[in-house]
Formats: sequence, C-alpha cells, structure tokens
Amino acid sequence: MKEISKSKYKNYVADRSKYPLLKDGKPEFDLNSHMFTKIWQGPQHPGVTGNMSLELVINGDEVIDCKTHVGYLHRAFEKLMERRKFMQCFPIVCRICVPEPDTNEYCFSAGIEELAGIDIPEKAKWIRTLNLEMSRVASFLMWIGGQAGSLGMGIIGQWTVTMRDFWLDLFEEMSGGRIYHMYMIPGGVRKDLPEGFELRVKKVIKQTRELLVDIEKSFLNNAITKSRLQGLGFIPPEMVEEYGIVGPTARASGKPFDVRQNNPYLVYDQLVMKMITSDVGDAYARTLVRFAETILSIDLIEQIMHKMPKTGKIQAKIPNVLNWKIPAGQTYIKAESTRGEHGFYIITDGSKYPRRIFVRGASYTHAISVLEKLAVNISISDTAALMVSLHTCPPEIER
Amino acid sequence: MEKKDINEVEKQMNLANDGLSDKEKTLFSDARPQVVPPVHKIFENFRNWARAQSLWMLAFGTGCGAIELRPLMTSRYDMSRYGIAPRPSPRQSSVFIIGGYASLKTIKRIVRSYEQMQGPKFVIALGSCTINGGMYYDSYYTINRIDHYIPVDIYVTGCMPRPESLLAGFNKLKERIRAGRADGMNKYAENFDWYKKNQKRIIKDWNMPDYNW
Amino acid sequence: MEDFLNRLKQKVEIREQIKQRDDLYFITIKKEQTELVLRYIKDNEKFKHLSFMQAVDYLDDSKFMLIYMLYSFSRKVSLGVSVFIDRKEAIMTSMHNIWPHLWQYQREIKEMYGIDFPSSPRVNEDFILESWDNMPPMRRDFDTLKYSEETYYQRPGRKTNDPKEYMRKKLYNDFVKTPKLRDDK
Repeated sequence: MKEISKSKYKNYVADRSKYPLLKDGKPEFDLNSHMFTKIWQGPQHPGVTGNMSLELVINGDEVIDCKTHVGYLHRAFEKLMERRKFMQCFPIVCRICVPEPDTNEYCFSAGIEELAGIDIPEKAKWIRTLNLEMSRVASFLMWIGGQAGSLGMGIIGQWTVTMRDFWLDLFEEMSGGRIYHMYMIPGGVRKDLPEGFELRVKKVIKQTRELLVDIEKSFLNNAITKSRLQGLGFIPPEMVEEYGIVGPTARASGKPFDVRQNNPYLVYDQLVMKMITSDVGDAYARTLVRFAETILSIDLIEQIMHKMPKTGKIQAKIPNVLNWKIPAGQTYIKAESTRGEHGFYIITDGSKYPRRIFVRGASYTHAISVLEKLAVNISISDTAALMVSLHTCPPEIER
Repeated sequence: MEKKDINEVEKQMNLANDGLSDKEKTLFSDARPQVVPPVHKIFENFRNWARAQSLWMLAFGTGCGAIELRPLMTSRYDMSRYGIAPRPSPRQSSVFIIGGYASLKTIKRIVRSYEQMQGPKFVIALGSCTINGGMYYDSYYTINRIDHYIPVDIYVTGCMPRPESLLAGFNKLKERIRAGRADGMNKYAENFDWYKKNQKRIIKDWNMPDYNW
Repeated sequence: MEDFLNRLKQKVEIREQIKQRDDLYFITIKKEQTELVLRYIKDNEKFKHLSFMQAVDYLDDSKFMLIYMLYSFSRKVSLGVSVFIDRKEAIMTSMHNIWPHLWQYQREIKEMYGIDFPSSPRVNEDFILESWDNMPPMRRDFDTLKYSEETYYQRPGRKTNDPKEYMRKKLYNDFVKTPKLRDDK
C-alpha cells in the first residue's frame, strides 16, 4: 500500500472561512437569502445506499449541511421478537441485514446458546466460520461494485455482482437459500456440507482471485478513482473512538479494531490472519483496506477448508423448541461484519419469549453522526462516493 | 341555473388538495386522473405490443427485494435481452417494482413516485410481504396488502423471489400487456377516491397534492 | 478488570455486578451517579468506545432500564453500565456531551420508549416513525398485532395454527411423542 502523507489533505474540521455564520459549531443558513438551496438525495435516488435519504443544504455545488433521514425500512424486528418464541425469532433475524444476513444469524444463535448453556460441536464451529467468511466475500464484492458505481464506473459493478452470484450459488448449495440462508440454527448448523463442496469453493475462489487482479488494475489504479477518492471524507485517528467508528473504516484510520482478532469467537483464534490497517484515513484508504480484506477473507476460507475436521457432529442437543424456556440473564454477542462490530444484546427472563433483543449495527454511527460530519464542505457529486466508502446499510440502523 | 350546476360538478371533479398550504395550492394541479379508454382495436394491439417490448423500470429499492434486482441487471440473468432497463427517474419509467414490505414512511414515497410516473404504467409487487404481510403481518409499521394503496398487476411470491421468478413475472406482465389486460392505471383512476381514502387513513401527515401530476 | 471494579466500588455505589464472560461485565449503578461514572470510566479507565445505548421496559416493576455498553480497546473487555429509572416520570439526564454520537440513541429512545432527555440535540425530531400518533411503540403495553389488525387491511385466508397440534396432526407424529433431534451420521 502506497504511503501518502496526511498533510496533503485538509483537516476534518471543515473550512469555514467562506461562511462566517457559525453558531454552536453549526452553520447558520437562511434559505430565503437565495444563497443556499435545500435538496433531498433519496430515498428514490440511485446515489444513495439502499432506502434512506440525505437532506442537503448546498451553496453552488458545495454541501453546507447534511441531515440523514432513516426509517424507510423499519419493520419493528425488536418488537416482533418480543412476541415470538426463541425458535420463531430465528427465521426473522436474518432479514435484518440484506447483503450480509449471516452475521445476524450467528449473533442470535450464539447469544441463545450462551444463555441456555449449550456447547456446539467442533465441526459446527468450523462450518459457521466458513459461512461467515463466505458472506463477507459476497458482501465485499457487492460493495466494490457500489464504490465503482458511485464514481460512474458501472462495468466494475457488473463484474463483481456477477461474481457474487457464484458465491450465492455456493450458499444455495450449502443451505438452500440464495439471500437468506437460515443456516446457523441455535445448537449448530442445519446441515452438513454437501459432497464435493470443497472443490466447487476452490473453483469459485480461483475465478474471484482472477477478477480481483483485474479490478486492482482497472479500478484501484485508475486516475479517476484516485483523484476523486483521495482526500475525501478524511477521518483522523482521534475521531475513531470518540464517534464509535468500527471495522474497516476504523482500520483505514490506523486503529487496529477487529472483533475477530481482539475478541476471537468461533475458531478465529486457530486461523492465521494479519491486521490490515492504513494510516491515511480517507476514502481511498478505506477502499484499499476493504479490497485487502476481501483477499484476506478468501485466504481464510482456504485455511478453513484445509483445517476443518472432515467428520463430526454438527448439532448439539437442544430441548423441545415448542416449549423452550431459557433462564433469566443478559448477554452481548458481537461479531465482525463487513461494516464492523455487529452485535446482539439479548435479555431473557425465564419465559418462552425473549424479553428484549437489540441489534447493534455499525452503520448506526457511520451513516448518521459520522456522515453528517464528513459530508460538510464536499462537492455534492461526491456524497454518493462518501456514503459508499463508509459502507452504510440502512436496514441495520432502523431494524 | 345551468351554469351553477356546471360549477358544482367541476368542484366535485377537482381535487381539494387539503394537505397543502394556500401558497402551494396554486403551484400544483388539482385535476383528477382520467380513464384512458382503448382506441381502435388494431391500433391498440400494436401499441400494446410495443409497450411490452420496452419495459423501463423505476430504480427505487423500496425494500429488501431490491437486492435481487442487481443480479438481474448483470450478465448472468441479463434482463436487457427482454427489453427491461432501469431508469433513475419516475418520469421515464413504466414499471414500478415494489421490493417487498412497505413501511409507513415508504408507502408515502411509493404513492408519490407511482403517481408521478407517466402512463401507461404497471406495478410488480415482490415477495410474500406485499401480498398479505408475510412474516411482518403483526408489525405496527408495515402495511399488509399493497393492493389497497396502489393497483398491482403482477405478484411475484417468495421471500426473496429468485431472479428467475422475477423474469417469469416480467414475462407474465408482458403477456398481460399484449392481451390488453394490464390496466392498473385505469383501475386507479376509476377507484381513485377509494385508493385515496385508504392512503389517507394510514398517512396521517398528508402534505402533498392529492394527485402528484 | 477486577482491580478496576474494586477501584470503582470505592468511589461510587455499585448495586449489582455480573461477570457474564471473560470479556463481558455488567454493573448496575445509581441514576444520580450515571454521568459521574461514565465520565470517570471514559477518561480514566480507557472505556472510550460506546457500542450502544438502549432501553429495556420492565412493565411489571414499573421501571425502565437504560444500558450503556462500553468497550475498552486496550483491555479488550465490554462493560455494560445499567441504570434503572422510574416508568412514570421517564426523564433521564442527557449524556450527549460525553460521546458525540450518543444523541442519536437518545433520539431513538425518546421516540420508541417515550423517555425524555432534556437538552439533547434534535431529540424531538422524527427519527424512524413518521406521522405516528399512538403511544411509543416499543413499550410493552403497546399491542402491535392489535394495532396492525385495526389499521391495515388483512387479506383473508391467513390461518393460525397451534404449532404443537399442527405438527401432531400433519407432520411429525413421532417427533411430538418423543421429541428428539435427529442424530447425525
């Protein structure tokens, strides 16, 4: 990764010399003065990630103020789970995040197992890790397409989304579902891997590696990509912990925050992996970090395939699911999704129904506090690129 | 006497636009949508054939079904070979794909986008949750059946529907268009008051014109 | 971690302390001391990362629980700090000065539970719910099924079965008699 000195970029505190109207750190603008225009970007707009909207105040093409509006995808999962039994909760948790549902399944299942005191077999742990890493690759491939698309390079999205489809085929073979897998059931996984699965994974991995080489040449080393992404949305390291920034976004600012290595779960402590960081902190660094993460995930899949026990049980014994009471307790389970720390906070009270389940998604801070801060003083044509570089995913904000 | 009657009839015909302020009322049209009757049979057949050949869909991912539209655009499923292309603006598109459940906040935008689309326009509803609520049947924030708020031509079932079933849904829609049976727009114009009543029952802060021309 | 909790105990009153895992602790403190404790453990004990803040409704005890989940990257430990507040006067001090992104959780809790945080920025704006005129929906006495049936149109034909009876009648007669998961090969 090429080192670029930080001093080239402007500070994250916006340059306000042109707009002296600042009150309590917020710009004061009068929409009737004809200096400012208020426009909505989204929800019906190709430049937003998913179904959310930005309320932008612009002067010329420069963004003066940004407000994020969410709630278009609110399905009240947390309320619905309070009135469903534990096993009935299971099919709806994966619907919380569409591009990467497996992290939700893992967090929910692991939380239930911890509270109910169930140990899952060794092989189930390996299969779960495999599933999580595969979903990371699929989600990253989608993201590369989005980042390229936000800069007008639609063809990269065509390549990656097609390649993601081959990963979805593997999921379909493994679990029966393309998008929603419902595979990591409490107590283990639903089914063993099919015969010859390893060979087909290897084939897809080979294709993906070839594609990633192409993408590195045509997208990462592209003059347009560099000139537009370098210096965009600069996050200094001090801001990371203050704003609760996690995942690849934090790692691109030089903070080694990775749940898989800080607090290893499943079998991540038996895998060899290195922390991918960059000390630049702009959108281009985030792109490079996420790209390297994709390759890392593919490496991990190869390691898992190599080290995984070939035989063994895949499900632990669980009680009758129709009448499953879990003793009172509370726990917080977290896992590393492609966007960062993804967690489930579960409270049970000894009845058949969970008391409260809260889903913590990384986009919660990324898409609201951080985006509203970073979007100030950038060009309006860069808001889409900035949004995608933070990898915002609205369903995990409003659940 | 006669003149007065005509005025009253006109008043009933025009929309009230109660949600708008007095200043905004002058900015928006208050005309009602009209039923477009079919023209001469041979001409209509030709027009229907032409309509079915180029379906431009609105790229508005209203729910999680939107994730299967991305593979549909790529080389593996390749919807361009059926003459389907995504368009960013409702003014240019003729097919609206409701991607799954519609929350209360989204249904307002769906109605607005649907009314802004130029006729002839068709609606495909994806997923079980648009039909009867699906697994969100008891949620306080998602509507249960979409056909009480906008007219639907084709339902594609499943959660999520696969790209193949989406393509099948598109082909079914084409058949209906060619047969002249995809008349959701006329249905909307005929039962306009009923649809508006249903929409206003759930959208409590109605601050847009009654019909977004 | 034990040292830290002992040090904290000397300063403030800790009502309950649970060790859930090696990397997860829960403590319950008094409402009046919340700001003091949070500031202290953020500035002096390196719990700088706020994972989330949420509310839990305890309808039977007529209480709300507010939980602040903190994480320390140097210790690699999560710490849940919970506070109980009264359900009838649901008002809590706003902590938005400690973490710059806390205001959005407080805005969500205000909307979903009706707990007020005076002086928190944008706390009265709509966050998720738009044009909502009922009680805060995440409270436990709000019946979401009833609301849905009254407000939205049901499509006839949806059947609700008692799962046990249905399984007995139709699907797995043997399973209901002797419930047992399938043995693996």
